[in-house]
Parts: sequence; structure tokens; C-alpha cells
Amino acid sequence: MPWRLLKFALKSKHPEPRMFTAHSELKESYDAVIIGGGGHGLAAAYYLARDHGITNVAVIEKDYLGGGNTARNTTIIRSNYLTPEGVRFYDESVRLWQDLSQDFDLNLFYSTRGHYTLAHTDSAVRTMRWRAEVNKHFGINSELVDAQAVQRALPMMDITCAGHAPILGALYHAPGAIARHDAVAWGYGRGADRRGVEIHQQTEVLGIETDASGSRVAGVLTNRGHIATRKVLCAVAGSTPRLLSMVGLESPISIHPLQAMVSEPVKPWLDPIIVSGSLHVYVSQTARGELVMGASLDPYELHSTRSTLDFAESLAAHMLDLFPFLSDVKVVRQWAGMADMTPDFAPIMGKTPIEGFYLDAGWGTWGFKATPVSGKTMSYTLANDRPHPLIEGFSLDRFRRYELTGEKGAASVGH
Amino acid sequence: MKLLTCPLNGTRPISEFFYGGEVRAMPDPDTCTDTEWSAYVFNRSGVAAVKCEWWCHGPSGVWFLAERDTTTDTVLRTYLAPSAATRR
Repeated sequence: MPWRLLKFALKSKHPEPRMFTAHSELKESYDAVIIGGGGHGLAAAYYLARDHGITNVAVIEKDYLGGGNTARNTTIIRSNYLTPEGVRFYDESVRLWQDLSQDFDLNLFYSTRGHYTLAHTDSAVRTMRWRAEVNKHFGINSELVDAQAVQRALPMMDITCAGHAPILGALYHAPGAIARHDAVAWGYGRGADRRGVEIHQQTEVLGIETDASGSRVAGVLTNRGHIATRKVLCAVAGSTPRLLSMVGLESPISIHPLQAMVSEPVKPWLDPIIVSGSLHVYVSQTARGELVMGASLDPYELHSTRSTLDFAESLAAHMLDLFPFLSDVKVVRQWAGMADMTPDFAPIMGKTPIEGFYLDAGWGTWGFKATPVSGKTMSYTLANDRPHPLIEGFSLDRFRRYELTGEKGAASVGH
Repeated sequence: MKLLTCPLNGTRPISEFFYGGEVRAMPDPDTCTDTEWSAYVFNRSGVAAVKCEWWCHGPSGVWFLAERDTTTDTVLRTYLAPSAATRR
């Protein structure tokens, strides 16, 4: 429609609406308050409004929408986990991802690429086979492939890794995908906003109030005033321990930075997503041609998003083991996010000992792929005041009962 | 923090050190309840603060204490644990 386009371009005022309504004042009370305007918080708001009809909701964000770990992850989506709880949960997430663009009427650039987890040792091959069998049992498309198959799929890869870590095989997971992370936050935010949810950015939580007995949520104190509410969802990733301390709860969460970096754009050459636990590398190529690369967690607790040269050097060295021809490609950006790590590499979701205080945390290094399903299950949990069946294994209570989930083998690389 | 000062070996690159976690008091396993024990095993003080932590200098195997600000990643001081110092 060139004529329409021309008219649009020549108009002095463009009618393109804003993504979100700006609200100048907080209301005195809401049915629910969601702390944290990242993917998880906005997804919960979206499904609360869409599926449960609860629209008198405020999403409170200290900074700007999707500026925390939603913006800092490496956007990999997969469900090839190890425990039945994990596999079922992440598989539901992958299903939700696939028609999210239609749901939002917003292009998420959801791109199914296939996902290779490389095994360089016999023990890694055993774990891959185990994961493949668990996955198949739950109807998920994962299989163990040998080194020749890896070489055929990735002819540009040095499968001996310069001779010191030869690849013996890989777990191939065909549904592995990447998506545009900002659009996820905006899509959920816009969908929630249109259904009546209020999104308040630049609003910091200073305290959470409980009733006289101290066991029930009564309100939230922010830098823009007081809000009365009986339900609070805490979805703040790296700030979870601080929020928990406001209601006097303890948790096993400790905060470690997770760093990542991106190369200059190059011609498309890498279709699948490549992960190597032994080399501490995961990499995919975006639609723009940049290589998005990540590695393991920083080794000690830190509440900061600083980057280090050590990280860039060691990740670059391992990238060159796999892809020696990248030696001339430049790194253009490096960043970090604060990952809320749990001892069993599974999230902490659901109800807490404080009535009306719901937790969506412990997302460590595996939160982005779970954005849709965590929003869906947490909204169910908030609306019905009982945990969704998919998240029963992830309660905060499990540590007190010594019932950990043991997801370490599949959560990420090199922990 | 790119360098850390070991009380015995002096200032060395951070890559030579291992992090041993925050110093925490262990409840008596014979007398504490299961809940107290699970809280000790799993729970951590996750809030940013100046914390007293165990660190180990890998090549020499020296364990020592460091007081570190977990927001700025600055080490205020390092010293040998008092009991280790007297045993030495």
C-alpha cells in the first residue's frame, strides 16, 4: 500500500499508540500487586487479567520494563530437562511460546533452531542419554546423536576442539528456539495494560506490610505512596532476598552475576543453538547476525552487574576451540545480570508461610524460557490461592522437607 | 576485585582463590530439630551486605577469612581464622 504509506509518512502527527498507558497516581488499593516488571511479572499480570478476570492489578517496577534479567539473558528456549517436574513444566512453556506472537499481535521473532548440547566426556554422554530418555518418555523431541552427526550438521565446527576436548556426541533437541526478549516483556505488558492492569515504572518497593499477626499481607509501601492489597507476587530475580527480608522470610537463594557478550554482526552461518558444558559456552546467532554468547556463573556471591575481562577472555578462548575461524570477529558488547541461584537448580514458586505473599523466584540462569508458563501457573496460584499442579514440586517448603528436585544436570552449563 | 590478599602468601590474582561461602554458626546436630538443621544446610543470607567469608588460596591450600562488601566487591580485610592461627 504505497499511497497509504506515503500519507502516513507525510502526516505531521503519527497516530501510532504508545505500548502502555502512563498512570500518574497509584490507587489506594488493588486486588493484587505484582512486584517486578520483567517478563515473569508482566506474564503473571497478563494471565491474571486474561484467564482469571482479575484486572484491578498493579505491576510495580523500580526501573523500566524488562530492564533486568529479561534484557540480560541469552534468549534460549528449550525443554530438554532431566527431572519429570522440570520436563513437564518447561515443555508446557515451549508450547505456550509457539503461538505467543499471535496472542500478542506482536512479532517475537520466535525462531526454532534446534539445540545441540555437546558431550566431551563419557560421563557427559551418559547424562545426555539419560536426558534424552526422560524427554522421550514425556513425548519431547530429544535424541542422542554421535560425533559424525554433529559434524554433518555443523561442518564449520572443530569437533576435536583443538585436540584437547574432542566431542563424543550430543543431545539434539529439535524444538530448541530463540526469541526477541524485549518484545516478550512489551507483549505481555501491552496485553495486560489493554485489559486494565496498571503498570507503574520508576516505583520502588520500600516495605511490605503485614497485619497485626504478622502472617498476612496487608499492603505495600512504595516511594510513590502506600498501597493496600491482600495479595503480593514477588517476581524480582536478583532482588528476591531483599524482598523476602521485608516479610521476615529466609530462603536458600544466593545472588551470583551471570555474564554474557555479543559479537559484531556477521553473515548467517550458525543455525542451531550450541551448548557445551565442559567448555562453558552457549552460543546462538540472532536474526541480525550477532553471535550471542554466554558462559558459567561468576564463582562468588555479588550483587552487581559489572562485567569482567576475565570472563570475556575465557569465553572467547572456548569459542575459538569450537570455531577457530572466528578469531577475527570482534566482541561489541558485554553485560551481566544478577542470577538468584538455588541449591537444586530449580525455581522457587508458589505460596509462602506469609498468607497472600506469593513467590516466583530462584530463576537463576534458566528464567527466560519459563516466562509464559511461570506467568500462567503463578496467575493460577494467585487467583485460586493454591499452587498450580505443574509447580507443586517447586515450593519454598521443599528445602525444609529435604525434597530437592536435582535439576543440576540440565539447568545450564558448568555450575 | 581482581586481586586478593592471602594473609600468608600476600596479594595474588583472584583466579588463584576459591570462594568458600559466608561464615555461619553450625547448630549442634545432636540437639537441634530437623527444621533448624535444614535451615542451616540450605538457607543463606542472600541480602547484599559486608560479609565475613571463607576463602582458600588454591596453590598453597590456605583457608582464611575475608570481610567483603558484596555490593561493590571490595575486600575490607583478610585474616587467618583465630583458631587456625593458634594451631599453626
